Amino acid sequence: MDIRERIKERLGDKILDWKEPSARRIYFAINKANIFGVARLLFKELGLRFSTASGTDTPAGLEIVYHFMYDPAGEVYSIKTMLEDRKHPEIDSITPVFSGAEWIEREIWEMLGINFKNHPNLKRLLLAEDWPQGDFPLRNEHES
Amino acid sequence: MSHKVIVPIGPYHPLQEEPEFFQLYVDGEKVVDIDIIIGYNHRGIEKLAESKHYDQVPYLVERICGICSSSHPYAYVLSVEDLLGGESKVVPERALYIRTVIDELQRIHSHLLWLGLVGHFIGYNTVWMWAWKNREPVLDMFEMVTGNRNNYAMFKVGGVRRDIKDEDIPVLKKTLDEFTPAIDLFLGAIKDDPVIRGRLKGVGRLTRQQAIDWCVVGPTARASGIDIDIRRDEPYGAITRLDWNVIIEKEGDILAKTTARILELYECVRIIRQCLDKMPKGEIDSDVKDIPAGEGIGRVEAPRGECIHFVKSDGTNRPQRLKIRAPSFTNVASNKVGAVGGTISDAALTLAAVDPCYCCTERLAVIDKSTNKKIMNGWDLVRLCQEKTMQIKEGRL
Repeated sequence: MDIRERIKERLGDKILDWKEPSARRIYFAINKANIFGVARLLFKELGLRFSTASGTDTPAGLEIVYHFMYDPAGEVYSIKTMLEDRKHPEIDSITPVFSGAEWIEREIWEMLGINFKNHPNLKRLLLAEDWPQGDFPLRNEHES
Repeated sequence: MSHKVIVPIGPYHPLQEEPEFFQLYVDGEKVVDIDIIIGYNHRGIEKLAESKHYDQVPYLVERICGICSSSHPYAYVLSVEDLLGGESKVVPERALYIRTVIDELQRIHSHLLWLGLVGHFIGYNTVWMWAWKNREPVLDMFEMVTGNRNNYAMFKVGGVRRDIKDEDIPVLKKTLDEFTPAIDLFLGAIKDDPVIRGRLKGVGRLTRQQAIDWCVVGPTARASGIDIDIRRDEPYGAITRLDWNVIIEKEGDILAKTTARILELYECVRIIRQCLDKMPKGEIDSDVKDIPAGEGIGRVEAPRGECIHFVKSDGTNRPQRLKIRAPSFTNVASNKVGAVGGTISDAALTLAAVDPCYCCTERLAVIDKSTNKKIMNGWDLVRLCQEKTMQIKEGRL
């Protein structure tokens, strides 16, 4: 069975919105509560490679898009999660599943103020030590 | 273990590019833990990109890195072209070939730069001089094709900005011919010199499983037996029309990383030569006007591995969000396992083997585990690394 079908079958109704804008680009949304299980399935069981995650401040809330690569077919699986609560955005860390997510979660934490639960080493990565607490540069309200 | 003392040494001088700070925790000779501190060079380029229109962004992202300065604009234009239906739909055939020539020339110059510095770190300054001497004709080729030795300004959405002139092609081919014996020389040094082998073999090993866990990319992954290369997995430019190979090594140590990069040089030369032979006549730009709303992802195989750009468009003339992930972001993080367990005299080499920019190793400090006092700086470590080579040469080790 091809990887696309296996993901659909294993995740079932956890997939909220499946889109394939082009041959090698697959986007689907999931509830933020499911991210840990989905990351474990994709990375550990189906052998996808994690590339990075993109945090964006959108009108609907803070969005994280996790980009997983299926290299044998050159496909990019982008998993979207929306965090509506702008005051206390929080999601499970996927760093306990694989170490490669550590830095990007630290980056999103400091740039957008999203808390990653159970992250083993959640501290600043890029921002200076004297950058004001609570000022998140990639939030829309931040004045550049 | 206590991680209390963090004292970066030296001024953060603007002349030093890419400052990273590695703090090694040592027990005698052995590295037991490492702290990697980055961010000294954070310029807020992702945020800045949101205030530029689509045509200005390539110039901005080109300045992320001066060594792989075509990978970022290339990944960016691919991400925007993804919104338009893909590179092959919007970019004229001739421009695809020119893009591949630039991409591969850059790989050659970047790998040679790295090789020279590895030579310097192990005390083989001859390797350093030879590698950089042979990098010069590559920069000359860049100057001929793009007008610049660095920051080429060649990429735009829908094509390239400058054509390769017919009269330049024989000169480029001749330069490539003259360059190939230099690769033989380097490969010979790696294969035959017992001291170089002694310094690189088994050092800084990243196992296949560790490489997967840390999501490393590029030659760092391929040297650990992971078969990934974006040029083959998600082809871009003219690469599918050409005959070339992905280089895989299994050992995961610095010798494997070095061999992989040197063998890649042959492939780069092959690719460029075929491009120059096969390049069709025609337009080099399709003059794209409007960028539709949506999300696009562009990936290229930079010299250090997968470089990925993710662009979110809301249909205006500026990206709503541009997310950039350079290959070193994952590769440098993997030093957490690559350097731990080795000796201090190999540390500078191991940290450099993933090919970050080299000034990072000047920001090394060694801290004694029991006293938490700093005992060495970056230059001490390079010297230590060079002394080990001398000891091997003189038969003392």
